[in-house]
Amino acid sequence: MNTEACDSCPAHVQMAKMGVEIANCDHVVALAGNPNTGKSSVFNALTGLRQHVGNWTGKTVTRAEGAFGYGGKRYKLVDLPGTYSLLSASHDEEISRNFLLFGQPDCTVVVVDATALERNLNLVLQVLEITDRAVVCVNLMDEAKRKGIEVDVRSLSRDLGVPAVSTVARTKEGLSDLVASVAGVASGETKTSPSRVAPPTEVQEAIDGLVPLIQGMAPGLPSARWVALRLLDGDHKVREALLSGELAGLADRQQQPAPLDASRIKAIAGAQ
Amino acid sequence: MTPASVSPQAVLDRSDELRRGLDGSFRDSMVASLYARAGELAGRSVREHGAGKWDFDQRIDRILTSRWLGLPVMLLLLGAVFWVTILGANVPSQMLANAFFAVEAAAATWFESMGAPWWLTGLVWHGTFRGLAWVVSVMLPPMAIFFPVFTILEDLGYLPRVAFNLDWLFRKAGAHGKQALTMAMGFGCNAAGVTSTRIIDSPRERLLAIVTNNFVPCNGRFPTLIMLAVIFVAAAFPPAVAAFAAAAAVVAVVLLGVCFTLGVSWALSRSLLSGEASAFTLEMPPYRRPSILRILYTSLIDRTIFVLGRAMLTAAPAGALIWILANVQAGGTTLAERSISLLEPLGTAIGLDGVILLAYVIAIPANEIVVPTMLMCYLGGAMMMDITTYEQIREVLVGQHGWTLLTAVNLMLFSLLHNPCATTILTIWKETRSARWTALGALMPLGLAFLVCFATAQAVRLLPL
Repeated sequence: MNTEACDSCPAHVQMAKMGVEIANCDHVVALAGNPNTGKSSVFNALTGLRQHVGNWTGKTVTRAEGAFGYGGKRYKLVDLPGTYSLLSASHDEEISRNFLLFGQPDCTVVVVDATALERNLNLVLQVLEITDRAVVCVNLMDEAKRKGIEVDVRSLSRDLGVPAVSTVARTKEGLSDLVASVAGVASGETKTSPSRVAPPTEVQEAIDGLVPLIQGMAPGLPSARWVALRLLDGDHKVREALLSGELAGLADRQQQPAPLDASRIKAIAGAQ
Repeated sequence: MTPASVSPQAVLDRSDELRRGLDGSFRDSMVASLYARAGELAGRSVREHGAGKWDFDQRIDRILTSRWLGLPVMLLLLGAVFWVTILGANVPSQMLANAFFAVEAAAATWFESMGAPWWLTGLVWHGTFRGLAWVVSVMLPPMAIFFPVFTILEDLGYLPRVAFNLDWLFRKAGAHGKQALTMAMGFGCNAAGVTSTRIIDSPRERLLAIVTNNFVPCNGRFPTLIMLAVIFVAAAFPPAVAAFAAAAAVVAVVLLGVCFTLGVSWALSRSLLSGEASAFTLEMPPYRRPSILRILYTSLIDRTIFVLGRAMLTAAPAGALIWILANVQAGGTTLAERSISLLEPLGTAIGLDGVILLAYVIAIPANEIVVPTMLMCYLGGAMMMDITTYEQIREVLVGQHGWTLLTAVNLMLFSLLHNPCATTILTIWKETRSARWTALGALMPLGLAFLVCFATAQAVRLLPL
């Protein structure tokens, strides 16, 4: 078979599956999403790894890590457990939330089920509360098509303020678009302006009162607004992180972008 | 950059102060506005026309999760999986065994012609190699059939339906409905089943799921059950229905295991782990067409080769150990004879014998090697015997070693209930970090196995049969 065309195809040249070689990566990418939306399929398709994929909720109980290369950069991909929200304190939700907060991924891919977009968007909106740098991967488009559901990803992307890409991870459809969007967001080339739910006025006032203090405590902390909201909600875990100095530590890292190896990964592991 | 000028405590104090000023229901209103926003966004970007597949899914679910048909359909599916496994595994098992024993004989002859000492030939070929040969030929064919079929069910989306069907039973036992999922994972490997209990949030219910996972026979124990079902159950039926009968017997054993899971969960949730079952939502995933290549990869490489590799790692030293036990003499008798006669009274009391117990002691690292160990002990010495068909095994067990139906039944019970393998015990320790729960997880099943087998043996002996 003639594979010359493949070798010269830009997508093929730029993308490389790197399996478990996760050392010395340029960017960290987190993979979040509701249970059973195909996160593990996306993970496998990008890294070339073969994480167990199963059609049931809660299958991924441990955090899987892998790597891929694109456009000369190396990306570390972290597959988080599937969760419906980041609000309550189940073990899985805590792992995901801690990683988004303390792991500070350069880009978070939220995998959503195209056949149940409304429910899945709840998580997307919560992720966007924590981080600006996100890409929404509207997966299972084939199933949606079969069910007669059409998703307009361009309008979705406009509404959310972050890139949205439609994919069928099982057949690898749309994955090169996904990777290109991830690269844009992770490098900062793609500017995002995430849609955030405006809280009731009195809550907004309380947040406004608290954010300057948090920024005074931890200058440069990117998710100060979210931390303020969680504190107002009386979130124990966030309180603990605040008192233990973990949050302030995060801000330090923001200011001196340390190479992404031992220290940062340890911090991520410690956050669990 | 500005140094940190505000202390964390100051932030906390201020947040507490501000929180007191807020309406108590503010969290609810935040969540509500989140949902409203999600609905608004979805409304703008989603268009639906017609609903074909959805109806189809629901129609299947109406059967698979129906109140009356759900459980029977589940048992039928389970029976079909075992039936396919039993039917398909028999011939390749014999072929593998024949091939391996031809290699053993040829290699041993070659060693002797090279002038190797007798003990070296024995240890390498009649010990280590024979252990490996037994494990591969007894285990590989059933696993290579069972795992792909099981993975197809998993990929289709059937497992959550099982959990749905069994939920009411688990709730009555005071356990979490997701325990049915962890139980299903235990079919493959109990260690994997124990790890999968992480999907259960409540620590109490998770402990229940961990300590009872052992009651579903893992793949290492299926060959034992299948062999016994074929030799003792299928043999009593005409050939046309023999495989059905054997599959039904294995299903019966699995059901008994589920009963023990529920019974022990019930007892524990009313004693050591008292509490109510917590509510949870379980998503029924859509039925997805399984991807054949991935299924083959997952089931053959991740599962079959992994489990087989582990079994082989323990089978090689176990084979060598058995050979040493059978060939090293002390005071006129071999070590094997000594340990067997030591275990014999206990074995007899619970309707088994000394050889079976010795096999279980040697097989603590991995249950997979119980049958091979047993057969090697029975066949003894370095004599190369061509025992590869189930009929020949039956001949050895019943004709030469006095096995009865009671032995077979009790061995099935013992195999179902006894202590988890070393890997599973280690996993329990890793997951609970508690010596107490690890000990309970290991010793409770063992005690139960002795108790149940003893009771059966006594009942059979007292009854005039």
